[in-house]
Amino acid sequence: MLFKLNPSAGQPLYLQVMQQVRYAIETGVLQDGDLMPGIRTLAEELVVSHNTIAKAYTELQHEGWLELRQGLGAFICTRQLTNKPERVRVAQKRAREFVALLRADGFSNDEIQRFLEAEILFPTEAVRK
Amino acid sequence: MICEPVIETFGLSKSYGGFEAAKDLTFQVLGPRITGFLGRNGAGKSSTIKMLLGMIRPTSGTATVLGHRIDDAKQSLEIRRKVAYVGEDKGLYAYMTVEQLIWFTRSFYPDWRPEIEKRLLEEYQLPPRRKVKALSKGMRTKLALLLALSRRPALMILDEPTEGLDPVSIEDLLRTITSITADGTSVFFSSHQLNEVERIADAVLMIDRGKLVLNFAMDELRENYRRVTVGFDRSAPSIDLHLPGIERVRSDGRQLSVLASRNSDAIVEWARRCSATSIDTQPVSLREIFLDTVQMGPEATSSR
Repeated sequence: MLFKLNPSAGQPLYLQVMQQVRYAIETGVLQDGDLMPGIRTLAEELVVSHNTIAKAYTELQHEGWLELRQGLGAFICTRQLTNKPERVRVAQKRAREFVALLRADGFSNDEIQRFLEAEILFPTEAVRK
Repeated sequence: MICEPVIETFGLSKSYGGFEAAKDLTFQVLGPRITGFLGRNGAGKSSTIKMLLGMIRPTSGTATVLGHRIDDAKQSLEIRRKVAYVGEDKGLYAYMTVEQLIWFTRSFYPDWRPEIEKRLLEEYQLPPRRKVKALSKGMRTKLALLLALSRRPALMILDEPTEGLDPVSIEDLLRTITSITADGTSVFFSSHQLNEVERIADAVLMIDRGKLVLNFAMDELRENYRRVTVGFDRSAPSIDLHLPGIERVRSDGRQLSVLASRNSDAIVEWARRCSATSIDTQPVSLREIFLDTVQMGPEATSSR
């Protein structure tokens, strides 16, 4: 799978890796039994610290999204996923409608993106008189 | 991940005549991690590294590297056996060919790993029969890395390794650094390339004018450091500087900009109580922290 990490985002890199794996699972890009690259390989590919990937994999394993089999590698595990793709489709539809609504109010894509980011990263802080 | 200190300093100081290159440095570097060592030119980075390697003696204070004291001759030898150092000038014999230099260096280290040597020689595509003086800067860095890594060091210290390299060589070098820690080797490297450090470092140590100014994990920076910009429709009230986490405050008429190392929620809370008209919280990049932390130059010493 393809990762895109942002070193200056206000979020640890291992969390970014975890999130992207979870999202790929939810959208079906990663499927049950898929083999993930080794920790070392992925760290070198993304040019980030080995510890970053090791931490992400360990946490994903704790959450049950990844199964580490000794000597074989890390495999995607989607047993806990029930009906997610349908839920994801509904959520995506909602997001689409919401964005369309804001566009209709005359906000640009950039502005909408900033609203959403602010709301996600710092949920309580968007005050304006 | 079990973290152990690979470098520990206790009041480490170095002065040259009246000039203090390092002032009372007390810090810990943990392994097996990648730690970036930042500071302006002349901030004392090289002096610190040289003291750790026993190349110069501290004026006062002491340090341990991998548990060995730097001020004990026998232990200092042990440090140099276990630590690989790649300095600015690489210190390679120019008149030797690549293979001669490898052969020569190998004879000094009983636990030399021929398989690593072979793999890196291939990976770096170094021409074995070319003289060192005819190598490009990037190739010389790679050769120095090969010589260092074939010893399988417990700690690798690099002094501005990416200096003067082209972008492709830099990417190769960073990739090598990330793979070093996978083998359990800790890395301590000085650099001016903040975006590189931001990408690969697990932790950052920052010194300015010989003094330690910051020592933190990159995850801590990403998670906790925030710049809170607050706007008012009247002149900005003064903020309680004793709120925990406030590092720096700049004010400009109706606006306040607060750099917080943690606790940005409390600052937002404060702003709201003061009925701010706009509050904006942004993550802080390493570049911002650096520029905000080190003094801008001799003429700007009073600006903090």
